[in-house]
Amino acid sequence: MWQALYDELKDKNFMVVAVAEESRGADHARPWIEQAKSSYWQLVDTEHRLEDLYNLVNVPQAIWIDEQGRIVRPPETAGSTDHFRRMDLKTRTMSPEDQAERLAAREAYLDAVRAWVNTGKHALPADAARAGLPKVTPQIAEARVRFRLGVWLRAHGSTVEGDRQMNEAINLHPESWSLWRQAADLDEVGKASGPDFWKRVQALGERPYYPPPKL
Amino acid sequence: MTKILTPIDEFDVVTRDGLWMTAADAERVTGWTLKPEGMCRAEACVAMPASAVKGTEVDVEAFWTKLGGPVIASEARDVWALGAPADERNAALEGLQAPDFTLPDIDGTPRSLSQLRGQKVFVATWASW
Repeated sequence: MWQALYDELKDKNFMVVAVAEESRGADHARPWIEQAKSSYWQLVDTEHRLEDLYNLVNVPQAIWIDEQGRIVRPPETAGSTDHFRRMDLKTRTMSPEDQAERLAAREAYLDAVRAWVNTGKHALPADAARAGLPKVTPQIAEARVRFRLGVWLRAHGSTVEGDRQMNEAINLHPESWSLWRQAADLDEVGKASGPDFWKRVQALGERPYYPPPKL
Repeated sequence: MTKILTPIDEFDVVTRDGLWMTAADAERVTGWTLKPEGMCRAEACVAMPASAVKGTEVDVEAFWTKLGGPVIASEARDVWALGAPADERNAALEGLQAPDFTLPDIDGTPRSLSQLRGQKVFVATWASW
């Protein structure tokens, strides 16, 4: 997904780290990773540790980190848009206008990454970067630990109890699409984008599924 | 043996009555050391109530709760998960130093963010689902 961007910028002291949030494990992510033929890092995060550390709620989200290891952009949607919400569910297609807008938004995001690598543009000053960080609440912290336990229990044969922990995690952190969709996928491959997913998306109303980055 | 899951690791530990364990095991699992002042890590110490320390044994459930971290046990109480306290996560992020992580690549080779110091790094998540 990021190979062209990486090829273009790799000689400029730039690295891409793609992290698969994939509780089914590395073998489940392997076909996508092999197909991507990427030369940047492709890592597998079965326990969603990165989401715990960086307080992430969806995929794709990106964090920009500078040469000193400082966060210069907080977690934001990485090139995806909400146009998919208007697609024709029978044919699974978007209108040509929506497709064009979606591509343009993605290109604008990639341009921002290019500008950052080339000139430092879009790197936020500390107070602005800090202001963009979503707060970890005690409920979110408990959701993370229940999810962690749920993944472990499922992986060790306790499916029912694992699901119960995951459902509690989802109730504690309803804003996290990753928790809900990962749990749905563990239940059954495909369920994460099935009818229940669309119902949840519709329930958002005017709220975004992919909040646009504030570039 | 009790299985204890922490945000970045897992341990098999001899415990009794929940998460009572030796101070040595408590240190291995939590990174905090039992001292006369309480449980300590670097400069910080958390005072422990008398009910949570007996000789060289520590009630890690009581300690972790006092630290502000969530503690969840399986129904059979043979698997326990200790979560990072919300305040600790917020403080780390607000410091803006990107929290380090180590994750395996597709061949199982561990890779750490800290290996990339000196470069601009674009970390992006994805999933098959």
